Amino acid sequence: MDMNFNQHISGQFNADLEAIRNHMMGMGGLVERQVSAAIEAICGGDTSGADDIIRREDEVDNMEVTIDHECTQILVRRQPAASDLRMVLAVSRVVRDLERIGDEACKIAIHTLEVADASNSQICQQSLRYMGAEVVKMIAGALDAFARADVEGAIEVVRNDKLVDKQYAAALRELITYMMEDPRSISQAINILWILRALERIGDHARNISEQVIYLVSGTDVRHTPLAEMEEQAQKDDSGNA
Amino acid sequence: MSIIENHTTNGQAFSEAPKLQARNVDVFYGDKQAIYDVSFDIGANEVIALIGPSGCGKSTFLRCLNRMNDTIDICRIEGDILLDEENIYDPKVDVVPLRARVGMVFQKPNPFPKSIYDNIAYGPRIHGLAQSRVELDEIVERSLQRAGLWNEVKDRLHSPGTGLSGGQQQRLCIARTIAVDPEVILMDEPCSALDPIATAKIEELIDELRENYTIAIVTHSMQQAARVSQRTAYFHMGQLIEVNPTDQVFTTPEHSLTEAYITGRFG
Ligand SMILES: Nc1ncnc2c1ncn2[C@@H]1O[C@H](COP(=O)(O)OP(=O)(O)OP(=O)(O)O)[C@@H](O)[C@H]1O
Ligand SMILES: [Mg+2]
Repeated sequence: MDMNFNQHISGQFNADLEAIRNHMMGMGGLVERQVSAAIEAICGGDTSGADDIIRREDEVDNMEVTIDHECTQILVRRQPAASDLRMVLAVSRVVRDLERIGDEACKIAIHTLEVADASNSQICQQSLRYMGAEVVKMIAGALDAFARADVEGAIEVVRNDKLVDKQYAAALRELITYMMEDPRSISQAINILWILRALERIGDHARNISEQVIYLVSGTDVRHTPLAEMEEQAQKDDSGNA
Repeated sequence: MSIIENHTTNGQAFSEAPKLQARNVDVFYGDKQAIYDVSFDIGANEVIALIGPSGCGKSTFLRCLNRMNDTIDICRIEGDILLDEENIYDPKVDVVPLRARVGMVFQKPNPFPKSIYDNIAYGPRIHGLAQSRVELDEIVERSLQRAGLWNEVKDRLHSPGTGLSGGQQQRLCIARTIAVDPEVILMDEPCSALDPIATAKIEELIDELRENYTIAIVTHSMQQAARVSQRTAYFHMGQLIEVNPTDQVFTTPEHSLTEAYITGRFG
């Protein structure tokens, strides 16, 4: 084939698609930093970061609205089809998950401020650290997979989500033990519980983003598909293309 | 760009209940080949959209389906086209009744310079479909009803068809096609001269006609193909690249050429 299929006849269309993708990546970067900062605040005990996170929440919300508007404009003006359509739909779904991740980062920051006022803030530190590091990696991995249209990378994120879920269940057991042993730790433990819950939800959203990578690349909607089936499908697609 | 060697059409080219079957169809204008080895089915009561870049052979192929190409001297066809399993290119086949069974609606509405009534009555008269004036009246009314034009013209059936608006003229032509009770309706860009409202009316009509007819429509509008058809066939330089359910073609086409075309990536 001696044609270049990467470019549309309409240069503006190329630019518009490029723009939503870039803006989504930019929003992803900001959200990732929000989450990192939130984890830094809770694990590092420096609460000054928490205020910044809460302040920047608006910025994340605005980005969602702007990008969503840009997606609507493309739908209306260009009536995109095939991979272009999938790109627009995927971006618009991803920014919704990013916005929710932003919300969760904000919740972590709020609870961090409450935890800091109390003594005995050391409970579940290991789980927080582990889950925190894991979900930041997942967000980065999901965005990276999106940028490179990398199905294997996306599936890796889904796998990690399973680990985070397990860690969450383990941390809950640990918290319950604290609460039973020392009723004075209950209010503290509940704050930690909310933070763990937020981290677990962030993992879910990163998983959702990865699922959109698979939709973008292959057109398959895997939103309610078990991991094993996803892996099988990816293998089939791969051997089909070989 | 040139013809793809050893190409076989991607996707679901064949139907469980075919009305029309094309098998290894080649079409030539003189020594220039316009259609290359096209095989696929058009299913009974389906609307199939034929899409592709200008000059890819959509109209040429459509015209094969009711032997309209016979009127072009230099045009030569090889391969088979079966209507209800009978080869329409069999020497025994009479093209006049064939064209009544497989009717055609053109890009530009082309009413005869006659009254609205006579535009519709013309076909039934020559095919001897009405025994009496009353029967003919019935056919005219029924055809106009089905084409969604009756209410707009019932009080002026004897004024000229050419006095109607473009969209009305196109529905008049559809009514004229329906009047001879065809089984298949071929449409070659039927809406390209119409405004969005007239277009919406024709599309609505196509959807209703599907109950009783099999329809093949050539269109340059991707949105129109997506709206009216159940399957879409993509032609490229005389080859049939892909046939698939329409929703699939517009979300996840199989062939990279189809993708390039529907996403507007041909330079
Ligand atoms: N009567 C004719 N004589 C000679 N060549 C013809 C004739 N009609 C069509 N062709 C050629 O056959 C090829 C296919 O033309 P056709 O009209 O079928 O394309 P099309 O897909 O309908 O294009 P469009 O979208 O512009 O209507 C073109 O190369 C065209 O030049
Ligand atoms: Mg044509």
